[in-house]
Amino acid sequence: MSPMAGRARVFGDDINTDYIVTSRRKRESLDPEYLRHYLFEEIDPAFAATVAPGDLLVAGANFGCGSAMEVAVTAVLGAGIHAVLARSFSRTYYRNAVNNGLLPVVCDTSAIAEGHRLRLDGALVYNETTGESLPGEPLPAIMLAIVSAGGLVPYFRTRTDFDSVS
Amino acid sequence: MAGKTITEQILSGKSGRNAKAGDVVVCTVDSAMGTDGSVPMALDYFQAMGGTRVSDPSRLVFALDHYAPPPTRATALLHQRMRDFARDQGVALWDTGEGIGHQLMVESGRAWPGALVVGADSHAVTYGALNCFATGIGSSDLAAIMKCGRIWLRVPESIRVELTGVLPNGVYAKDIALALARELGADGAAYQAIEFTGSGLDSLELEDRLVLSNLSVEMGAKNGVFPFDARTAGWLRGRTRNSYSPVSSGADARYARHVHIALDSLVPLVALPHRVDRVTTLEDAAATPVHMVYLGTCTGGRVRDFHQALAVLHAGGGPAPGVQLVVTPASRTELETLARDGSLAEFIAMGAVIGTPGCGSCCGTCGTIPGDGVNVISTANRNFKGRMGNSHAAIYLASPAACAAAAVRGAIADPREVTP
Ligand code: SF4
Repeated sequence: MSPMAGRARVFGDDINTDYIVTSRRKRESLDPEYLRHYLFEEIDPAFAATVAPGDLLVAGANFGCGSAMEVAVTAVLGAGIHAVLARSFSRTYYRNAVNNGLLPVVCDTSAIAEGHRLRLDGALVYNETTGESLPGEPLPAIMLAIVSAGGLVPYFRTRTDFDSVS
Repeated sequence: MAGKTITEQILSGKSGRNAKAGDVVVCTVDSAMGTDGSVPMALDYFQAMGGTRVSDPSRLVFALDHYAPPPTRATALLHQRMRDFARDQGVALWDTGEGIGHQLMVESGRAWPGALVVGADSHAVTYGALNCFATGIGSSDLAAIMKCGRIWLRVPESIRVELTGVLPNGVYAKDIALALARELGADGAAYQAIEFTGSGLDSLELEDRLVLSNLSVEMGAKNGVFPFDARTAGWLRGRTRNSYSPVSSGADARYARHVHIALDSLVPLVALPHRVDRVTTLEDAAATPVHMVYLGTCTGGRVRDFHQALAVLHAGGGPAPGVQLVVTPASRTELETLARDGSLAEFIAMGAVIGTPGCGSCCGTCGTIPGDGVNVISTANRNFKGRMGNSHAAIYLASPAACAAAAVRGAIADPREVTP
């Protein structure tokens, strides 16, 4: 995973996938280019207009709970966001993130505020605004291989099966 | 096998490794289901992966349930695409009107003890009631399964939930699930498995267990599994063609946490808007006005649920004026049973709107959508803001009997106290 840097966009606890993008919008289209315009529309109507490529999502506990719908990951990627930091994730969101090449980082996000500049190197988070380092949980090998490939699609372009786990 | 939870044992068998909580393993999938909410994207992934033929079509099934019937041209096109793909690849498909994929999985024997079963929808955990490892996955996972038949999984730790005693009159499986949600919180079982156990299971029908497994994901659980007993065997008889070997936990299996629920001590409960773990007693919420009552979903859309609701509706002389009653059976088989035994005619006579078997209003993708300021009480599993298609409505979750009591009174009420 190459290092990345960006601006923190901060949300609270228990952000469910319908808050990320509503199932109603999903009925209209599955295209991330379309859905990115409706990111967080129910809970932060200003978000979609102000999100910039390279921004990093930051959340509290249980990010991505609720429906397993994958557009809640692809719409985030569609907006140019490549990592999500949270105190914890719902497992389906975590899976979908890995499988699409969106880096999920589990770390203590409580001291990160909206607009902070963050640098990410693997699971290590450095808050340039506060000078604080946060150790995130490193990803197990197979997940890292999938995220680094850019998700399951590029992963399977060069393989017919999962690499065996050792 | 000593020392292992049910989940660890199943995942060991399916990965060919000695799997312990915390390991990441690659497992062979026995049975998989995708819905119209997840398959269209899975087909995109599959094609982008260079997939041409599904590795083992006999293990896969598609359900057209979330847009049943399709309310727009765009969703009708999704259905057409799924039908075409299924026909070309020899994949089974449950068409519009046959019911909710999860219900059909357990009705048709596509989930069985000891199996690893996945569904590209979070409520695939429902099948855990049948002593299998069942979990919800994404569209990309489903595409990988179509390609190679396998999946990566982190082996979860398990929470052991011991149930003892017998439910009092007027208290149902839904109340056990809400009590557990109150105890654990909406993320209290995140990344973990819930393993149900205890003498209290003896009195729980398979339908009751389906409710508990179904709601385990609302506490963040990866799967919610039951041991095997005569009720499981009875349910599977004539349904599954697969031979199976039941799995029970090892005597010294390790659990992350122990929770005990004494069924005798439970009272009727309700989850308040907009969180499943904002649980209070029906008594405390009593008199909250209710405008729409929804009976259906993969949690509360089975014959038994409708019978429980009807008993209360009868006792109370039918729904109060101005209350909209919506009835959506979980499958065509359930609808047929209700038609045969006269229940359907009674619902119709009470002015109920009868929905196509499927997800209906549950997630706002089709069916009746509540208006602004409307309080809905529902037999479903989720009450997030906007869940039923309108973020200006509020959703309460309760047992079928409690929903029926609310219909009678036009306000939240205890089903035991409903009289004409
Ligand atoms: S009935 Fe509701 S919870 Fe169940 S699968 Fe359908 S939308 Fe999901």
